[in-house]
Amino acid sequence: MGDILILVESKGGGLEKMTLELIRGAEGLAKELSTGVSAVVVGADTAPLAESAAAYGLNKVYRLEHTLLQGFQPDAWVGALEWLCKEVSPGIFLISHSFVGREVAPRLAYRLNTEATTDCIGLRIDPADKGLIRTKPIYGGNAVAIVKTEGIPQIVTVRKGIFEPAEPAATRSEVVSMAPPLDESLLRVKSLKTVEQEVVELDKANVVIAGGRGIAEKEDFEVLTDFAKALSKTHGRVLIGCSRPVVDKGWMSSDHQVGLTGSMISPDAYVAIGISGAVQHLVGMIRSKKIIAINTDLGCNMFKVADYGVVGDYKEILPALIKKLEE
Amino acid sequence: MKEPKIIVCAKQIPDPEAPFSNVSVNVEKKEVVVDAPDVISPYDENALEAAIRIKEEVGGKITVLSMGRKVSDTVLRKTVAAGADALILLEDAAFERLDSRSIAFVLSSAIKKIGEYDLILTGRQAGDWDSGQVGLILAELLGIPSISLARSIKIKDDSVVVEKLVPVGYEVVEAELPALVTVSNEVGELRYVARTKMMALLRRPISIPKWGTKQLELSVEALNPVQLMELCPPPDMRRECVFIEGASSDEKAGKLAAVFKELR
Ligand SMILES: Cc1cc2nc3c(=O)[nH]c(=O)nc-3n(C[C@H](O)[C@H](O)[C@H](O)COP(=O)(O)OP(=O)(O)OC[C@H]3O[C@@H](n4cnc5c(N)ncnc54)[C@H](O)[C@@H]3O)c2cc1C
Repeated sequence: MGDILILVESKGGGLEKMTLELIRGAEGLAKELSTGVSAVVVGADTAPLAESAAAYGLNKVYRLEHTLLQGFQPDAWVGALEWLCKEVSPGIFLISHSFVGREVAPRLAYRLNTEATTDCIGLRIDPADKGLIRTKPIYGGNAVAIVKTEGIPQIVTVRKGIFEPAEPAATRSEVVSMAPPLDESLLRVKSLKTVEQEVVELDKANVVIAGGRGIAEKEDFEVLTDFAKALSKTHGRVLIGCSRPVVDKGWMSSDHQVGLTGSMISPDAYVAIGISGAVQHLVGMIRSKKIIAINTDLGCNMFKVADYGVVGDYKEILPALIKKLEE
Repeated sequence: MKEPKIIVCAKQIPDPEAPFSNVSVNVEKKEVVVDAPDVISPYDENALEAAIRIKEEVGGKITVLSMGRKVSDTVLRKTVAAGADALILLEDAAFERLDSRSIAFVLSSAIKKIGEYDLILTGRQAGDWDSGQVGLILAELLGIPSISLARSIKIKDDSVVVEKLVPVGYEVVEAELPALVTVSNEVGELRYVARTKMMALLRRPISIPKWGTKQLELSVEALNPVQLMELCPPPDMRRECVFIEGASSDEKAGKLAAVFKELR
């Protein structure tokens, strides 16, 4: 059985937290299989990140380096990873269910003649055949499927927060340079430009105040902002989130969206205003320490998962609440 | 350029947005039971909307491909009412609960049977299994470029120019046609189809080809079902909600403010 390989991702020059979680997850599986854990760093200049990853006591850290691997061009990344997997034959390949992972895993699996399972929340080894048993929520989280697939490597993407992040180890990992044979003809999609927008990092908030389709006008989000301002004087960082229909209407950018296809967060408090509580929204905020719901509909699902509920119109409740908070 | 031939892959599923109290799991049959009518998977509707906008701008022909064990043309006729030109159903008992590779394989066979195409659009993920794999695999199978998570799609000469969602904002990318693009909700909701238009369409006989393994010349052995070992209900998410009562909004607001003070 080959090593368990993990795909390293970076954030702000360092290791992405999800990568540390993958290392911890891989260690558990490796023990069951009596095998090792290795990692691959992909890019045009992989030295710094490979150094960081090497601190985690891995078997090997592969530096998959090429000028075409600058930034994230999916065609180049998939091509390079396909080559690496054929070179080093991992038994299992763990990838974060991140922006990169969602795109890479299905394509890579196809090329390696196997089938990936995406967005897993649990992994274990089948004692009978050493296959990887995957737990995956389906129907937005309304059911949980336990599946297996054929083929080596066994490829999965793993949801954020499923494993605790790994701690640095006493032993350093061996760093191995790998030069994938890539050329321009591989790039079928050309990047013309990237437009950077200001993005909120909802996972850094102490409190998230989220509005849904129940918010009648775009301008009404100003009341939510005022509420956030009032609360931020006493409750740390307070940020504005939303449900998907608000993004659909173009009232807020996607980075504010909470849920299955948005951010998954666990703030100290989550205030859901005019959000009904569809399961795809709930999976993004259900781990909040306290959930407070404001909704006109007593029967809505959000009240079923909330700690505190106010049945009423936000247009009346919020201005009054802001006044009280400022007293 | 010539008018583009667009294929939209759209799947019929139990309504993924039904309230969770209407959804249950039959553990024995390993089935999700949804007490709500079937719908077109929401992101596939976004894909159709993107196709219709392209057609409005540069012309073209839209063919909707829908695959399943049993597909209802009443659910899918909505696509024609909204603006698709043709609808093809891929239906066969052997199409039940296949893995992503097999679904992509059947779709690729149907697309090869259709013959000419310029652009294939799929949703970013289906609302039942939430896997987000079929579109990307389909492009691999057909050997064409793929672009994921589109928030806007334009045809320019013989290429497609896409604004693709990325974590820092969006990226403008370009690929030569034919190409495949997976579509996100930021594209916009499928336009509203008036009930009268729907009803008129339901009465009008239109030809909707149905292709199964026979018409596609597929051997059933080539198709792999998902290896579903178990299906479980989700963990219980419920909490005991303390309702904040009061005769006026002011009174409720006062009590709520006290709750926030305690959270500090
Ligand atoms: C594959 C897939 C992925 C998805 N991913 C996400 C995701 O990541 N995030 C997400 O949010 N959704 C997601 N969705 C959509 C999700 O299923 C729901 O459609 C969506 O969450 C509903 O948003 P909402 O609660 O704001 O709107 P609605 O369900 O329309 O609820 C609006 C609520 O506002 C209340 N209201 C109305 N007026 C007022 C008032 N004046 N004061 C107070 N309350 C009022 C109503 O009682 C109602 O409860 C996804 C769907 C699918 C199929």
